[in-house]
Amino acid sequence: MPNMSLKKNEMPSQDPNVRNKNFLEVALGYTKEQAIDEAQRCLNCKHKPCVTGCPVQIDIPAFVQEVAQGNFEEAYQIIAKSSSLPAVCGRVCPQESQCEGKCVRGIKGEPVAIGRLERFVADWHNANAQAEVTKPASNGHKVAVIGSGPSGLTCAGDLAKKGYEVTVFEALHLAGGVLVYGIPEFRLPKAIVQKEIDGLKALGVKVETNMVIGKVLSIDELMEEYGFEAVFIGSGAGLPRFMNIPGENLKGVYSANEFLTRVNLMKSYKDDSSTPIMKAKKVAVVGGGNVAMDAARSALRLGAEEVYIVYRRSEEELPARREEVEHAMEEGIIFKTLTNPVEILPNENKFVGAIRCLEMELGEPDESGRRRPIEKAGSEFDIPVDCVIMSIGTSPNPLIKSTTKGLETQKWGGIIVQEETGLTSREGVYAGGDAVTGAATVILAMGAGKTAAEAIDEYLTNK
Amino acid sequence: MFKILKKRELNPTVTLMDIEAPLVAKKAEPGQFIILRVDENGERMPLTIADYDREAGTVTIIFQIVGATTKLLNAKNEGEYIQDFVGPLGVPTHVEGLKKVAVVGGGVGCAIAFPIAKKLHELGAEVHSIVGFRNQDLVILEDEFKAVSDKLVMMTDDGSYGTKGLVTNALKDLIESGEKYDEVITIGPLIMMKFVCAVTKEYGVKTTVSMNPIMIDGTGMCGGCRLTVGGKTKFACVDGPDFDGHEVDFDEAMERGSMYKEFERHTYEKTCNLLNKEVQ
Repeated sequence: MPNMSLKKNEMPSQDPNVRNKNFLEVALGYTKEQAIDEAQRCLNCKHKPCVTGCPVQIDIPAFVQEVAQGNFEEAYQIIAKSSSLPAVCGRVCPQESQCEGKCVRGIKGEPVAIGRLERFVADWHNANAQAEVTKPASNGHKVAVIGSGPSGLTCAGDLAKKGYEVTVFEALHLAGGVLVYGIPEFRLPKAIVQKEIDGLKALGVKVETNMVIGKVLSIDELMEEYGFEAVFIGSGAGLPRFMNIPGENLKGVYSANEFLTRVNLMKSYKDDSSTPIMKAKKVAVVGGGNVAMDAARSALRLGAEEVYIVYRRSEEELPARREEVEHAMEEGIIFKTLTNPVEILPNENKFVGAIRCLEMELGEPDESGRRRPIEKAGSEFDIPVDCVIMSIGTSPNPLIKSTTKGLETQKWGGIIVQEETGLTSREGVYAGGDAVTGAATVILAMGAGKTAAEAIDEYLTNK
Repeated sequence: MFKILKKRELNPTVTLMDIEAPLVAKKAEPGQFIILRVDENGERMPLTIADYDREAGTVTIIFQIVGATTKLLNAKNEGEYIQDFVGPLGVPTHVEGLKKVAVVGGGVGCAIAFPIAKKLHELGAEVHSIVGFRNQDLVILEDEFKAVSDKLVMMTDDGSYGTKGLVTNALKDLIESGEKYDEVITIGPLIMMKFVCAVTKEYGVKTTVSMNPIMIDGTGMCGGCRLTVGGKTKFACVDGPDFDGHEVDFDEAMERGSMYKEFERHTYEKTCNLLNKEVQ
């Protein structure tokens, strides 16, 4: 008989007023008992609606049933068949709009906490299982993967399991892509990412850091001189966007990418880091996505007293995951919605002194289907801040496009691919993740990496 | 890890190193830069490439010891390794088609100006090099410049060597005396480049400057290196580091460069103390 409680088991987490001063992980994870109790809420539906909501099609009811019976390693093995990064996805997937969004239990009450169960299973495996990874026998084919973020790692892992000799080329000094430079420690501990990467290395995947493809080597060189028969481009999102308002180049204005890279990759929140970061007292983060929430919550942890989210639409339209917004609110982030910046004003030392904003109201729906924000005349007001973080998206990095002949891109720069395979306009060259879609989620990037790995396998098998 | 094959002190505060980095050396062109990290906890520091040897697989860097990272780098010796070394990044200096060029370098900026002068010389252009230093003790690369320049003007602030005065004086004199340059290429402190541009604007000579703003990733991801050029935001790491000097907002660039002054002074002192302790 299933557990018919309408509510999910709460996940233990650090108290908001404690965690907003440290960089340790916010959510602490289920205990064994909580996991089993939660798993027993699953009705094990025959038509498995949850699976259709999963970009990598994990057999969710099957793993949840194993958890319900306390068979955690069996549960892990089921997830591992479809996902190469379960400990990551259990933490950062937007489950409410994917698997959990389709859960039958969600019609009356709350859906089964699939994400929390995935996280529990992955953490249990990492802590308890004796990982006996054996490197598969090589099939003699070499594949290059550009970028070590979620799409690249997934593609590399899937191909390595099939016996391909995979080399991952990472531009930075550390592998992991957005998982290490973008998503903060308190949401995704870097030790977890490292463990996943070590797992890939055990499968025989080579990781070459400091390799900016398009500069150090081109895709043509990889294929012609280095013998890679196929290439997967997972180079991620690119140049940060700015609003082009006056004052954006004042001292104290960051892009979210720069701010988060300093904090996460360069560890500038630690006292002994050699990379500086502004310890601002009052911070305005412009934008309403997950990245904006990460930046705002990081600023708080660096010691800011007031942190604002400045977003031009209403709270309902915030693109960030609901859970992230709630966490941010609990921690004391102040939401200035229906507010649009028009200028950043300097203080007497030419650092940021204030951000000048207009109040907005919602009009008719625009092409995105969301109601268009319209300026309220005469509503100008200033928020005194000493730091502004622009988190309004990115545009694709030009380095690969400009050095790869015949690689077709969209007008806005995204690489054009066939949706079913990830194949680009160049034979043997595949792409996926933010480099194709523009800024999206970790799991969508993983799904694209997975699709491309299958297509690459088929291409090289039939070649 | 990247091996230091050669280390040479050019003056008491400027050091040259040849780094073993065959992939970087293979593609490097004048005007491009690398990013290095000295050790596992090091910051990412951009340095413009001073020279390269494709056959030996080496890249030459020249740096002034001004902060914590350059202090740590300078503490490394021949045969030792630095953690990370990535490049060549940025767009090479455009030298094709130039027939007569004035290359104007200031201080350690001469290290970056030199490979450009050399390349122009190899391409058969007439090269007039104007190099400026605070005093005789700080002069670097004089012989190297001599070898690739049709004319070399040495300037020092205090007149202890060459002619007393600023590089802008020398440039103005040359233009006034009838020298017609296709282009002026200038690399040095921001304030120097700003005034070189003021001179060349007056005479309508196209001027390229090499910008060296604060940078993190150097690959077009963080936007920390942004500048205003011709009223538009540009990223030095992917759009530059060379820009049309008459379009660059130097005052803004100087302000942005001073953002972490306090922190930099603090870490520099900390590093000095640390290194001194090791010596004791």
